[in-house]
Amino acid sequence: MDILDYDFMQRALLASLMVGLVAPAVGVFLVQRRLSLLGDGLGHVALTGVAVGVLTATSPVWTALVAAILGAVLIELVRARGRTSGDVALAVLFYGGIAGGVVLLSLAPRGQATNLDSYLFGAITTTSPQDVVVFAGICVVVLLSVALLGQRLYAVSDDEEYARAVGLPVLGLNIVLAALVASTVVLSMRVVGLLLISALMIVPSAVAQLLARSFRQTLLLACGIGVVVSVSGTATSFYSGTPSGGTIVLIAIALFLLVSAGVAVRDRTARRRHRRRVDVHDAHPHEHGEDCGHPRVLHDDHVDYDHDGHRHAPHRTGEGVHYDEHGAGPVGAPQDRRTG
Amino acid sequence: MSDSRPAGPAAVELHSATIGYGDVAIVRDVDLTIGAGEAVAVLGSNGSGKTTLARGLLGLATVLGGDVRVLGAPVGGLRERGRVGYVPQRHTVSGAVPATVREVVGVGRLARLGLLRRLRPADRAAVADAVAEVGLADRLDDPVASLSGGQQRRVLVARALAAEPELLIMDEPTAGVDSASQESLATVLARISAAGTTLVVVTHETAPLAGVLRRAVVVDHGRVVHDGPLSQAAAHEEPGMHHHPPGREPGGYRQDQPTVTTRSRRPGDQEH
Repeated sequence: MDILDYDFMQRALLASLMVGLVAPAVGVFLVQRRLSLLGDGLGHVALTGVAVGVLTATSPVWTALVAAILGAVLIELVRARGRTSGDVALAVLFYGGIAGGVVLLSLAPRGQATNLDSYLFGAITTTSPQDVVVFAGICVVVLLSVALLGQRLYAVSDDEEYARAVGLPVLGLNIVLAALVASTVVLSMRVVGLLLISALMIVPSAVAQLLARSFRQTLLLACGIGVVVSVSGTATSFYSGTPSGGTIVLIAIALFLLVSAGVAVRDRTARRRHRRRVDVHDAHPHEHGEDCGHPRVLHDDHVDYDHDGHRHAPHRTGEGVHYDEHGAGPVGAPQDRRTG
Repeated sequence: MSDSRPAGPAAVELHSATIGYGDVAIVRDVDLTIGAGEAVAVLGSNGSGKTTLARGLLGLATVLGGDVRVLGAPVGGLRERGRVGYVPQRHTVSGAVPATVREVVGVGRLARLGLLRRLRPADRAAVADAVAEVGLADRLDDPVASLSGGQQRRVLVARALAAEPELLIMDEPTAGVDSASQESLATVLARISAAGTTLVVVTHETAPLAGVLRRAVVVDHGRVVHDGPLSQAAAHEEPGMHHHPPGREPGGYRQDQPTVTTRSRRPGDQEH
């Protein structure tokens, strides 16, 4: 494959593989916490770090990492104070981050600010060999942290108050999650870009949520989707000459729309089948009730009626009541009061 | 009932306790002792402070004055936090991302495991047992979002039970719950109460759990206005509160349900 003949493309594909795997792995927790935009904000903050790196001739990856992690810790401390100004404080931090970045970059000698686009939207030619090493380190640290602390991070993201009541270190876990997000932001700054990384954290998770039944499934599926869209977007970018970050995110969103449509069609078909069954019972001669003569059968949290060998469950809708089929035969004697 | 307390450390001790949020005191100057193994209803109308009282025991509200001890330790100072269970007042458990019953209840078990230990086979068994206890064994791997409201509340109960707590604090566990789930809850609480678990149930309706709860603490305007057997608490309830004669309430809970009453013992009977 000619695409792999170029060293810069090998590095770009490697970086896209890592960011595609890692971004959804932290993004699922952000979605659960309803903090989907945290990655976006930390991307803004990282830009100031990038600018400091450019100005001081240090590797911008390291300075961005320091800035993003400091920003992450600050955000969680502000949130933990729980004051109403927290929202405003976040906005100040985020926009201060991007404004500081833009201004500092403009001060750089020989107009370095022309590189701004590649930091914001990703470019396939910019990943250096040293970047790949740092990215690999970040990748290992984030994946290990999620593997070790995943259940606790889920607990805190799902129900922070409960986690606090049973003694989990809520603030510590929130800071860990924010620091993982910050690290992922930095991992993204070459191929995806600081302004678009949040999409790669959130959109694969949104697709996976439509298909999965458990949190674990969602997490694994989102990582798989992330790798596919990230690597295919980077390759597409090579052929189309478009910025890699934008290409990756458009592919991810196209996938999201496709799967949403598929799920909608599936649900409509299921509803239509349901309605067809309802038609059978439109001619139902009576409403089931205490005295209708059909044996009552307790089924989980509701009552079915044994109707000539198949069970009817009343389903009340805005248009009245109809009866759903809940399987053939009674689940047990009508006196069976067991509730599950 | 305080005279029937066992000799061990009390499950809950409040001395001149003032509890609130920020600087605002909501519960003021409360003295209350709940012995190990007691089953206590904390009653009161909306805004009476009964929920704040319970949240103060969990470290979710701030102790602004006086002394609050839970299982012998000051709030927040208890080493093994899994010994205190909590069922919050929440109508659904389904979050943004799908999760199974097993995953949600597994969180309850984490409280016993410290920061890094993973769920081992014994922990997984405890999770499955807790789910079976609330009658949802066949839904263990279903997404919680597919469960009815009452079933989701039972998942929250199972989550608390999975840690096998010594003290279980529940906030309005029966409010808005179908009668099957109320019966399931009453049966579970009767069993764990008989096994020695201390129950503190914040509620505005006593009927669904009348067979389990023995003592009533009535809170009004942030103060305890009545403390005694549950049967005598009705006079202190406000007209708006839903108190129905046992066996006749609309929820369908039946007072003659043998599993509820015969297995519960008097609070003082436990050895500790």
